[in-house]
Amino acid sequence: MTTDLFLQHLANGISLGSLYALIAIGYTMVYGILRLINFAHGDIFMLATYIAFYGIFIFSLPWWLSFIIALILTALCGIVIEKAAYRPLRNSPRISLLISAIGVSFLMENLGLVVFGARPKAFPQPEVLTKVVKIGGISIVSLSFFIPVVTIVLLVILMYLVNKTTMGMAMRAVAKDFEAASLMSIDVNKIISLTFAIGSALAAVGGIMWALKFPQINPLMGIIPGLKCFIAAVFGGIGNIPGAVLGGFILGIGEIMIVAFIPSLAGYRDAFAFIVLIVVLLFRPTGLLGEKIAEKV
Amino acid sequence: MQKKKLKYLGIIIFVLIIVWANFGWDNYKKTILNLIAINIILGLGLNLINGFTGQLSLGHAGFMAIGAYTSAILTMSPETKKMNFYMVPMLPELVDIQWPFLPTLILAGILSAVVGFLIGAPVLRLRGDYLAIATLGFAEIIRIIITNIKPITNGALGLKGLPPYTNLWWSWGIAVLTIIFMYRLVNSSYGRALKSIREDEIAAQAMGISLFKHKMFAFVVGSFMAGVGGALHANLLQTVDPSMYRFSLTYQVLMIVVLGGMGSISGTIISASIVTVLMEALRIVESPLDLGFITIPGISGMRMVVFSILLMIVILFYQQGLMGSNELSWEFVADKFRRLKSRRKGEFK
Repeated sequence: MTTDLFLQHLANGISLGSLYALIAIGYTMVYGILRLINFAHGDIFMLATYIAFYGIFIFSLPWWLSFIIALILTALCGIVIEKAAYRPLRNSPRISLLISAIGVSFLMENLGLVVFGARPKAFPQPEVLTKVVKIGGISIVSLSFFIPVVTIVLLVILMYLVNKTTMGMAMRAVAKDFEAASLMSIDVNKIISLTFAIGSALAAVGGIMWALKFPQINPLMGIIPGLKCFIAAVFGGIGNIPGAVLGGFILGIGEIMIVAFIPSLAGYRDAFAFIVLIVVLLFRPTGLLGEKIAEKV
Repeated sequence: MQKKKLKYLGIIIFVLIIVWANFGWDNYKKTILNLIAINIILGLGLNLINGFTGQLSLGHAGFMAIGAYTSAILTMSPETKKMNFYMVPMLPELVDIQWPFLPTLILAGILSAVVGFLIGAPVLRLRGDYLAIATLGFAEIIRIIITNIKPITNGALGLKGLPPYTNLWWSWGIAVLTIIFMYRLVNSSYGRALKSIREDEIAAQAMGISLFKHKMFAFVVGSFMAGVGGALHANLLQTVDPSMYRFSLTYQVLMIVVLGGMGSISGTIISASIVTVLMEALRIVESPLDLGFITIPGISGMRMVVFSILLMIVILFYQQGLMGSNELSWEFVADKFRRLKSRRKGEFK
């Protein structure tokens, strides 16, 4: 394999990895606070692409305005899902919460099939993003630059929010202990809604960029990326934001490289992530950056 | 004495219904009745793992796929196999095999159980949602492998033309065996050990119950049932292909278990019947609706939306499901009845 080809694959891997990273952050934030695998996250991702799509085609908005509206509506949708399906079960066993999350995911997929139709739709690509740039021997679509840059900018903003602001401090406090946080006059419900809003908005950004990269959208498109990004979050150490980003990048680059180096395994591409998950769970269940927590008896 | 008589009466009525159905009903109704039996088998298998042992497993579709493909490969005639494998030829060793149904079902169950054992050995150390996601991952891996080993499974094209062996005798016979097995298991020392693991793992361990052994037992038996159910299902539909065994299939079985009540055998039986019949009855919402002055065109897929909404209502407002972890018995019915009466009178207990 030549260096050029290798760099080409690396660039592909990085842009795929950044998408995984963005979506994985949503999983990790929700898990950090509610200890819940938000199965509906992948469907929120799907919803964002459809809102953007209809914004452009039916309301003929400019693409950037349509993207922003999609972002806001998806964040609202995240809040609504939490209020309707997770809040009533907050004090029930965790299995009920998990089943409720799976239920929401199915409801959204089936609604999507009815409302949006099962036939895949072609997502529009703005011209700015499809220009091909040549650097040395490799040619990259400008979108592949755009994706990692957006990811890094959003990540920096998020890290600032979580680590430097009072809101972020409240979030971390709620993640540690619900009751103690509410005794410190933190509005736990508000913080949880906020977490869902941020997570869903990031999923929306990820979803729109996903649709720009693979311009075909259908109501079931969120399932596999959703599962893979959850795996990325577990890999990095669930509940840990830099961990989710690291996990996303490793998973994205690894997936591309496996197919590049061993083409005969291309059919097993989707299995790669699951194998990674099982190996991680068995040998380092807290993930790469997660802390080991002693079990309370 | 009274109870025993009632029990035998119940069994006789049940057998008469099946005989009547077998000779008097049309094929559509018979298929639904078969599906009920298969859903009972699948539901009980998952309930043993999820409800009685408290280990949330989401891998049922994977085990069903193993059972279904085993049955497909073993029961299809060599001619049908040759017709199916037109892209990639089948492994020559497998082409001429054609088994009767009973050994096929047993082997389908055993293969699923073996895979269940191999998966369970590493995975059952995990807990709660980690276990859920790991079993989900394994089910997906099984599906991907089946899609990729074309000389054995014909890949994504699937296999068509399985002999229609599944009839009411097979499906209900096995369902009844499964129900009897489950009742005996749950009331044995093994069953009590499983329930104690569900309630509190550490306390169970302190009482000398081997967590790993018992979890593994439940997992392997559950996968055996899934394999047999998958084989029956495949021979009922007469076709298998990898896209049938996606997560949504596990979800349907999980729905039956949750609706009936986690840890209730009779609950699973009742909800398997309700869910299967309702799935067919809800086809009404997909057909065009004539309101006299306006006709609403039928929307395909609406059925699943209505079903998802119903399920969310159950999850949010009736977390216990139909039966909770109780069993349906004459005492249970009498007790409910008595309570209803006293509530009506305004008495408080």
